[in-house]
Amino acid sequence: MRQEGNNIFAGVDWLLVALFVILVSFGWLNIYSASKTDEDLELLSFSTEYGKQLIFIFLTIPLIIIILFFNAKFYEKFSIIFYLVSLLSLVGLFFFGKTINGATSWYNFGVLGLQPSEFVKAFTALAVAKLISDRQYNFKLIKNQIKAFIVIFTPAFLITLQPDVGSALIYVAFFFVLHREGLTLNYIILGALLIVLFLLTILLGVTLVLSSLLILLTIFTVYAIYRGGKRFLRFNWYKIIAGYAIITIFIIGTGFTYNNIFKQHHRDRFEILLGLKQDSQGIGYNSHQSELTISSGGLSGKGFLKGDLTQGDFVPEQHTDYIFSVVGEEWGFLGSSLVIILFMLLMYRVIYLAETHTNKFGRIYGYGLASILFFHVIVNIGMVIGLFPTVGIPLPFFSYGGSSLWGFTILLFIFIRLDAHKGYDW
Amino acid sequence: MQKSFLLYFLITIIGVVFIGRLFQLQILKGESYDPLNNEAVKTVFDYPERGYIYDRNGVLLVANQLSYDVMIQPNKVKQIDTLEFCKLLKIDIEDFVKRYNKASRYASYLPSVFLKQLAKEDFAFLQEKLHKYGGFFIQKRVIRKYPINAAANVLGYIGEVNEQLAKKNTYYQAGELIGKDGIEKQYENFLRGIKGKKLFNRNNLNKITGSFKNGEQDTLAERGKDLTLTLDIELQQYAQKLMVGKRGGIVALEPATGEILALVTAPSYDPNMLVGRKRSENSTILMDPKSLEKPTYDRGLKASYPPGSPFKIMNALIGLQEGVISEQTSFYCYNGYRYGNRKNEFMGCHCDIFGRPIQLKTAISKSCNSYFANTYKRIVEKNNKPSQGLDNWSAHVKSFGLGNYLGYDLPQGSPGLIPTGKYYDQMYRYSWNASTNISNAIGQGEVQTTPIQLANFTAAIANKGYFFTPHILKGVNKRPIENASFTEKKQTTIDKKHFSPVIDAMYEVFKTGTGKWSQVKGIDICGKTGTSENYTVVSGKRIKLEDHSILVAFAPKDNPKIAIAIFVENGGYGSRIAAPITSLMIEKYLNGEISEATAHRETSMLNISLQEEYNKLIPKIDTIAARR
Repeated sequence: MRQEGNNIFAGVDWLLVALFVILVSFGWLNIYSASKTDEDLELLSFSTEYGKQLIFIFLTIPLIIIILFFNAKFYEKFSIIFYLVSLLSLVGLFFFGKTINGATSWYNFGVLGLQPSEFVKAFTALAVAKLISDRQYNFKLIKNQIKAFIVIFTPAFLITLQPDVGSALIYVAFFFVLHREGLTLNYIILGALLIVLFLLTILLGVTLVLSSLLILLTIFTVYAIYRGGKRFLRFNWYKIIAGYAIITIFIIGTGFTYNNIFKQHHRDRFEILLGLKQDSQGIGYNSHQSELTISSGGLSGKGFLKGDLTQGDFVPEQHTDYIFSVVGEEWGFLGSSLVIILFMLLMYRVIYLAETHTNKFGRIYGYGLASILFFHVIVNIGMVIGLFPTVGIPLPFFSYGGSSLWGFTILLFIFIRLDAHKGYDW
Repeated sequence: MQKSFLLYFLITIIGVVFIGRLFQLQILKGESYDPLNNEAVKTVFDYPERGYIYDRNGVLLVANQLSYDVMIQPNKVKQIDTLEFCKLLKIDIEDFVKRYNKASRYASYLPSVFLKQLAKEDFAFLQEKLHKYGGFFIQKRVIRKYPINAAANVLGYIGEVNEQLAKKNTYYQAGELIGKDGIEKQYENFLRGIKGKKLFNRNNLNKITGSFKNGEQDTLAERGKDLTLTLDIELQQYAQKLMVGKRGGIVALEPATGEILALVTAPSYDPNMLVGRKRSENSTILMDPKSLEKPTYDRGLKASYPPGSPFKIMNALIGLQEGVISEQTSFYCYNGYRYGNRKNEFMGCHCDIFGRPIQLKTAISKSCNSYFANTYKRIVEKNNKPSQGLDNWSAHVKSFGLGNYLGYDLPQGSPGLIPTGKYYDQMYRYSWNASTNISNAIGQGEVQTTPIQLANFTAAIANKGYFFTPHILKGVNKRPIENASFTEKKQTTIDKKHFSPVIDAMYEVFKTGTGKWSQVKGIDICGKTGTSENYTVVSGKRIKLEDHSILVAFAPKDNPKIAIAIFVENGGYGSRIAAPITSLMIEKYLNGEISEATAHRETSMLNISLQEEYNKLIPKIDTIAARR
């Protein structure tokens, strides 16, 4: 099948591979520290978490070889098939899935559980790349925009139903991809504005935010009429009315959603983050503990296996979602900053490489990869260091878990495969 | 603009923000992070034994004993025979239920104290049966023990450290024991020793997982130091016995060293009352703010009274030093001293020497008010401005340690009051003279002193012009103290030569004067009695109460061994109660026993009770309370 030679490693970007190896290895060391117990000494064993993770890591080697074995075109050709199969796997959860912690996100295969949502990201990225790279595709057409939204939000919707809102949230990342390919930035700006309005409403209350915004709008309108006169009014009256209506509906809607549709534990997460609620024992325990644990690391950390808060298991989920707190305690400011820099390098490199692709498919896919990584890193580390509300998603390559590790491995190595091929004809 | 810019930009921004946040958490906040004050490190303290306290002759005053608390862990309590259990603990069912609920409210899975400080006998009995009552167990504690019932005011007591103190002083954890008064408070750092510390790692289930850093930061406990006091416990006990039924304070010093031989406040209490099961009950009684008895208030150290006639000695000494009088100077007395033309500007006198010249010695031994009024007037008017004269006078008085905290090593105290020129300038807007405050001449004006200040004043007379700051600590771990502020001689402003006539006169007081009924055969006592008028205000009216009985004395006349000041509240003339008690104490201290000749004096002093006099105060106080 291969045209450009028989060496499957030809053209592989070794810098990305090196970053992958470093992140996975360092991640495993921290998982080892977080889940080590006094009794178990065997490294490769299904009885401990670090043992299982080591097996997961070893299993990425055949996975990588398989991914690299296929031709880059194979991924483009079959992207829609992959995507549909992965959607089926999400639908299948509603029939065969296992419910853990209230969310039906898992298939159970004896010792091994698989979480399909971790894999769907990669295939959605392929599908988006396939869709947009079509020569006929033009973002100016609303029809095309809607197509893209359907591709992106179908898996997000299915994941929300599990319910696993955190994993679904990641699909917002694809807006960066769409923007790169020509979708107007207004969507992202609008989204950001709405998030700010949403937080302001929670923080200051509906009445205050609504009234001050309406006053601002009125001042603006009066000023505009003063400058533009009747002409302005004649051409813009529907915009003004729409402005009033949208602001009023959104803010009142926010208040209603927040108070009546959100569950108390959702509200608590926002309120603790915004400082409206102090609670270091109950709901805020996780965030409080993880911040404390990170603080205690100081400049250079307490040393590998010497973090007493880590060893005492004081941070819940410290080997999965909160793994970064282990880095903070045992490796200190230097270690945790290094991890952030490694992730930044990884993302920079992916974008840089994607921009060198002459082929649209590879470039779009690379953007998908970078955006997904970006979102995961912000949400996960932001949560652990107390800058974002509690949203349970893993830190790529770091957190414990086979599905997450393999999902990101597939995501990354498909890109490496595509990238290795970029010099050749499609 | 390249389209890739946005994502590059956002990645950079987020990277910087995150590293900044880490800097804030780990470098800025991490600075103040205490690696030991951390949920993952459990500190277990090893409490050393608190130091013992001995008197000057090596008699044990304070020791330690084991006490046994009954502990409860409510979630482990099974069905028990409550009735029988209550009988064992000597509590009733109601009490049992109350205590049980309290413990359950605190935490049902944690042990807490159910019943504090069992008696030893109860413990032995209970121990055999306790296995039947699941969820209950015994915890040992070390508490204080006082073999001799005396000097509670000096020894003080220990109590639990509260949250506030624990926050202020990081050595202590809430609930630990600390000295709260007396020696226990003053010398807490000696007595407590240094507690040992063992650090352990623990996990989120509060389970110990090993030693913290292999124990390299663990410390050993160091036993508390034993203290030797200057107190003569025999004299102390004797004085306390004599003061039963009276209120007041006695301070006895050794003039040659400033050591406190006895420090009595009456009424007092048994130090064992603040130990053991009844502790909190007792402390409520002892510290009742409405009671006039105030047994925890050390009258010997804290109560300021007008010093009365003994203060005449002070004025005599200042007069001699300033040269405004000599031993031969004579004044006349006509049943008193007129200091103004108005009718009430007259100070009465009971010296009964009408219209004949009175010289210094007679003036002291007969306690002539007129003589000292004249002397005081000359002292104050020596300078052009009365305030200068008074300042000069004040400086002399203060050189005896009056008018300020003496600097002794006990936590209670009062400065008393010795006015200065400025004091009257402010009070009378600069228009005053010696007559305005003539009462200071006889220790009745604005002047206020505490018994220990007066005792120190007496010691300075006995030493003819110097004193050592009174102190209670004699040795630490049997080694004498080396505290310069206690071993350094403090010189007064009066020359040595002026003391002899004054001492002769004080000798005369016990020979022929007001103290003659309290002579002790074979001991030359020098002293000065006094009575001090006092008033109370009830319903806006000033009511005169029975005089306070006062006396200062030292003995023997040559090479004095003991100097005493005594105040008996509402005890009447100094010769009635103050003088006999003083002479008994001096005899006891110098001879070691009371001779048959003075035994009757002892009996009568032991039997005198002023309770009736004090009871008169109670309804008056009640009316005050009622008015509020």
